[in-house]
Amino acid sequence: MLLQARGIVHAYAGKRALDGVDFTLRAGEVHALMGQNGAGKSTLIKVLTGAAPLQAGQISLAGRSIRPTSTQDAQRLGISTVYQEVNLCGNLSVAENIFAGRQPLRRWTRGGGIDWRGLNQRARTLLAGLDVEVDVRRELASLPVAVQQMVAIARAIDISARVLVLDEPTSSLDSDEVEKLFSAMKRLRDSGMAILFVTHFLDQVYAVSDRITVLRNGRLVGEYPATALDHAALVAAMVGRNSSREAAIANVTPGADTRDQPPVLSTRNLARRGSVSSVNLEIRPGEILGLAGLLGSGRTEVARLLFGLDRADAGEIRVSGQPVSLGDPAQAIAHHLAFCPEERKTEGIVEDLSIRDNIVLTLQARMGLWRKLKASERIELTDRLARLLDIRAASLDVPIGELSGGNQQKCLIARALATNPRLLILDEPTRGIDVAGKQEIMNQLTQLAAQGMALLFISAEVEELLRVATRIVVMRDRRQAGSLPGGSTEEQVYALIAAPAEAVQAGAP
Amino acid sequence: MSSIALAGFDRRLVPLTATLLLFFAMVGFGAAAYDGFFAPQVFLNLAIDNAFLLIAAVGMTFVILTGGIDLSVGSVLAFTTMAAAALIEHAHLSPWLVMPLLLAAGAAFGALQGFLIHQYRLQPFIVTLAGMFVARGLCYLIDTESIPVRDPVFVALAEMRIPLGGSSLSSGAAVALVTVAAALWLAHATRFGRTVYAIGGNARSAALMGLPVGATLMRVYAMSGFCAALAGLTMTVYMLSGYSLHAVGLELDAIAAVVIGGTLLTGGVGYIAGTVVGVLILGIIQTLVIFNGTLSSWWTRIVVGILLFLFCVAQRLIEGSTEKRR
Amino acid sequence: MIRKVLALPLFWPCTTLALLIVLNAAANPGFLALAWRDGHLYGNLIDILNRAAPLALVAAGMTLVIAARGLDISVGAVVAIAAATGALCVSATGSLGLAIVAALAVALLCGLWNGLLVVVAGMQPIIATLILMVAGRGVAQLITSGQIITIYYAPYDFIGNGFLFGLPFAAVLAVVVIVLLHALLTTTPLGLFIRAIGINPLAARIAGVRARPITLCLYGFCGLMAGLAGLIISSNVKSADANNAGTLLELDAILAVTLGGTALTGGRFSLAGTAIGALIIQTLTATIYSLGVPPEVNLVFKAALIFVVMLLQSAEFRASIRGLATRSPDPAT
Repeated sequence: MLLQARGIVHAYAGKRALDGVDFTLRAGEVHALMGQNGAGKSTLIKVLTGAAPLQAGQISLAGRSIRPTSTQDAQRLGISTVYQEVNLCGNLSVAENIFAGRQPLRRWTRGGGIDWRGLNQRARTLLAGLDVEVDVRRELASLPVAVQQMVAIARAIDISARVLVLDEPTSSLDSDEVEKLFSAMKRLRDSGMAILFVTHFLDQVYAVSDRITVLRNGRLVGEYPATALDHAALVAAMVGRNSSREAAIANVTPGADTRDQPPVLSTRNLARRGSVSSVNLEIRPGEILGLAGLLGSGRTEVARLLFGLDRADAGEIRVSGQPVSLGDPAQAIAHHLAFCPEERKTEGIVEDLSIRDNIVLTLQARMGLWRKLKASERIELTDRLARLLDIRAASLDVPIGELSGGNQQKCLIARALATNPRLLILDEPTRGIDVAGKQEIMNQLTQLAAQGMALLFISAEVEELLRVATRIVVMRDRRQAGSLPGGSTEEQVYALIAAPAEAVQAGAP
Repeated sequence: MSSIALAGFDRRLVPLTATLLLFFAMVGFGAAAYDGFFAPQVFLNLAIDNAFLLIAAVGMTFVILTGGIDLSVGSVLAFTTMAAAALIEHAHLSPWLVMPLLLAAGAAFGALQGFLIHQYRLQPFIVTLAGMFVARGLCYLIDTESIPVRDPVFVALAEMRIPLGGSSLSSGAAVALVTVAAALWLAHATRFGRTVYAIGGNARSAALMGLPVGATLMRVYAMSGFCAALAGLTMTVYMLSGYSLHAVGLELDAIAAVVIGGTLLTGGVGYIAGTVVGVLILGIIQTLVIFNGTLSSWWTRIVVGILLFLFCVAQRLIEGSTEKRR
Repeated sequence: MIRKVLALPLFWPCTTLALLIVLNAAANPGFLALAWRDGHLYGNLIDILNRAAPLALVAAGMTLVIAARGLDISVGAVVAIAAATGALCVSATGSLGLAIVAALAVALLCGLWNGLLVVVAGMQPIIATLILMVAGRGVAQLITSGQIITIYYAPYDFIGNGFLFGLPFAAVLAVVVIVLLHALLTTTPLGLFIRAIGINPLAARIAGVRARPITLCLYGFCGLMAGLAGLIISSNVKSADANNAGTLLELDAILAVTLGGTALTGGRFSLAGTAIGALIIQTLTATIYSLGVPPEVNLVFKAALIFVVMLLQSAEFRASIRGLATRSPDPAT
């Protein structure tokens, strides 16, 4: 037993995020921490790594009682964390990032100052241990995120070779890179390191973990060996009910009439240098078109082109049969398109504005500078949409920043719906939302489609897409790889995602 | 992961390269257009006449590398000249006491600004703006008229000429060169310097990585204050006077030199060497205007403005051309 | 109840102004005296209104730019350019109308130039406007050929020294402009758009707000206000001094904006607060004079004011006063 926590309590603003949680981490194991949003995972991590104060309970490391007061303190004690977003300095070289703050110095007799050669050499060795070969003098920002993450891990393990905490490390990686990460983790585990692994991807948990701890509502549900807990049991522990998350949602099949209607949006050979090439899509009213593919395959790039965030170099877009030029989101909105961006916090909500202002923003923007939405209309519209989407807030006049992620997402959807769009583009609308919230949003989408709206639904979770989409288009390596009907199996979709280039047929929508 | 060879140049060197090219182009132009331009003394005069700007700009470089800015530099410089003149001429204190005292005062003033900026998350622009007001106000409080400096030590320093080849350097220029050397060492061979770059690249990450962000910020602004004070002493020697209206707008020149020298205002990228070239370029513009003889001196401002514009646009183009990697 | 009053956005600016006036009146009994002479009101308070007018105009333009996450430190230079243009025009053509149009047009162009650099070239506002600040005085000098142009023209004189309904024309002009501006911001969604742009420019753009044209216009407007101020200032002193006109004006404007409660980081703003801020600065200057303190001390007081307002706007400072956060903020939380 290397790291042991007993009776951890953490409360904030009267609410107990952690209520007497026990946690054990052994040397030489990969231990997964699982739980829904709000279960207390991130709070527990913060307490263990010194990012949040220990209000009650005890933590001991290798038998000694500890009480880390800051992340630096925890690092000194031997607990290092690698976060989801790579917290390094992109303008420094790889080697510098690994040794920032602890650069080896030359002896005064040899001139003092930083020993650059030694620094670079040691960096190379460390990365080799993780099976990473890269020029350590390169600027970190010029390397892909997966490599940057390895650099972060190299730094973490070099600073303290006892406990490594990985907080959602795979969110930005494709499956090849995830494999590399896992083999590095296993190598570290075999050399005696204790690894605490937080993720919400269930498959990944089983691929690499030895034991799993499940939290629910701030309490410990249980600690299990990974082999003793199957998929369904894990989800049951996390969610707390017997019904599995495979709640039935009727597959939407387009009614006979929508097939004959002209597409709301269609593209031909749409391309942009450095972005995507040769995209051919058609979306009809009442359809939910799913866009699948790995990270970096071009899904978001397609959305950006369709919404005018990027301008296409080649090809054409037609809205209701008419060719349009989309160089700015305002133009797309004028054509009755709507968009819910992937990064809720940075691209979606306007934090200090009220919920009402956030919801009417796009509608008001479309109405222009000289026509202001009447106060009564504004209230009526926002009240109606809040009811429709079940947005839970004390009042609609509070700043949107005070809402939970799921409710903020609903506000963004409300904002889109307020403009009565013909096509709604959603980029990862359920990301970072718990199972129940996901369910609600998916239900909403199917209802909207049933009422005649066309939807483009982008998601990394194929299983989600398959549940609601009428058709799925797969992107791979910035090109369209093919399309499948809604009733396909996951294997079929994955086959398209992974198929070698030669097997691709000319993309028929 | 496959081996990724060092493909292409390090794009962080691009701005500096551009600056050097510009410098050589201007020198070439001057040499071709005007007789006597390409004399060694002309270049050493660049160092002599711009010594105080160089010292201040070096301090400013560190601040800008952290993504901040220091608008108080000119005022601290002026205050130092006033205080030095007043303490030496009116209070009859020894220059060997006054000089270290004022250097320490400059550093302390800067450190205070740095402390406020970090501790209370205040914007550097506004904190150093207030600092500028304070320092300039204190100048006027000492005296509104200029105070001539007749102390023999200062006079000796003013007349000192250090032979270099067939020409000579002033004491101020020598101090400037020593400052540059020290700055180069600090920036590239000490943990402090590397932390400065880290903060400029991503202050939040730097803090999470355990780097001493607060202490470094304080030191950086203290350095800027120290350099401003040192530049003030240099100017006192150069002008042999203390005057509240010295160095009005110097901070702008320093910022211009740093930007033209290739340092990004967003921080994290830039070199001390670039600032040196930036100061030289500003000096050459002035020299070119003088050699021309027909242009009025305010053309210098316009040309500097144009250069700033070109360099900033170029910086934007470079930043814009890098693809975001996922 | 007291909490609610304290939380009113205009509470602190009004209190500061009131305190200053009280201090003044205590030290100088004749301070609050108002007389009616030569067909207009006369007194210290009137002087303050008059002098504060150009600053209020520039600060109003600056408020909107800052609210949209921008900054314009070139306004002082633009004042000089506009003053030079106006003076030159009047001396050359003798036409007041032409002079006003020329000065305002040039100022508007300067503002649009800044806007283009920020919006199209994507430069940071402080560096984009730094260019004009550095080069602008050179341009102004170019216009005046290095001379100080004196203006001997009665109609021009009216702008800075005339009176309308007993009050200084400049002050009336400033009030009218600010009131119209406020009306524009509230009856149209422009205020909402500016706040959205200031809080999250990317989200605003994705939401369909035409952030770029709006920001461009805000910079143009800021320049225009500087032009108007330039006319007033040059009229007031009956001359255009390219070197000194509008010196430190940008700093005073930013100070007025901050004092008025507008956040320097963008988003929330208050035109009324800015106007009061301008009055505070002018009253401060008057206070210094009346107390017999050397005018240079003005700078130190302004610095003190900046510090106080800055610290109050800082969440960390307010928290540390309440004794909560005693250790350095840990960014990991």
